[in-house]
Amino acid sequence: MADVISLGLRDADAHALAPRSRHVPGEPGMWVLLFGDMSVFTALFIVYLHARGHNRELFAQSQSALNKNFGAINTLVLLSSSLLIVMAGHAIRSARWVHLAQRLTLAGAAVGACFVVVKVLEYHEKVAAGITPATNEFFTYYFVLTGLHLAHVVIGLAILLALSRLARTAQPNATRIAFFEGGSCFWHMVDLLWIVIFPLVFLVR
Amino acid sequence: MGALVRTSATAVWLILCGLTVTSWVLGTRHVFGVNDHVWASVVIIVVAVFKVRLVGLYFMELRDAPRSLRGLFELYCAVLMVVLNGMQLLN
Repeated sequence: MADVISLGLRDADAHALAPRSRHVPGEPGMWVLLFGDMSVFTALFIVYLHARGHNRELFAQSQSALNKNFGAINTLVLLSSSLLIVMAGHAIRSARWVHLAQRLTLAGAAVGACFVVVKVLEYHEKVAAGITPATNEFFTYYFVLTGLHLAHVVIGLAILLALSRLARTAQPNATRIAFFEGGSCFWHMVDLLWIVIFPLVFLVR
Repeated sequence: MGALVRTSATAVWLILCGLTVTSWVLGTRHVFGVNDHVWASVVIIVVAVFKVRLVGLYFMELRDAPRSLRGLFELYCAVLMVVLNGMQLLN
């Protein structure tokens, strides 16, 4: 697997684009926040699966009312946004490509904002069909899990906009690069959480 | 610009997109048979945790992080895999 994935870095810029070896991405303290957030969501996943265990039929029936296409599209949206932010991170560390860092960050934010648009369409579809958090236990969990994640997306988008200002400089110093890495990791965590929420709530029965 | 695109992250992105479509097909079609959705669900969870690991290692760049931080992330993935599949099968 590693061999397959490593096929990318092979041209003259590979060295410049490669991340520094053995370093903590961003600030070490930020990882406490990230792992804390990921642990809270994991606890919510456990609570959701436990509740589903008591009423599998209701959860399966309610799940069939969800639009799986919206969920899949949003996964691809976040993955694509994440890739643009990874590219921006490579650019800001490379003297040759640093001028592209801001544009790539803004492009990542623009693609990421599509998640919010799709989610609003999805919620509108549910409310128009008379489905709210009070409809039943499944939809309470659906709105809580996806709503909490949506809040993270909005915070992540604000961070990306802040990072785009950081990326505007022609010669970023180590502090700016560390901030950029930290903010990027928050955005990737938003992606990572959705990678679990989508199958768990939309697909798994 | 080509150098920015031809990276391991792009290869990982392609794999992640492919796995997303695979999970979507598994979750919307009865690939394993009409009543065998439990095993389809287990496969979907395994794929999801594998995707989480790829995002952590290649997008968050944890593969280049100190062993303690990378180890913590690998532990998180392992716990996620055991807990989600355990509850899927036992609940």
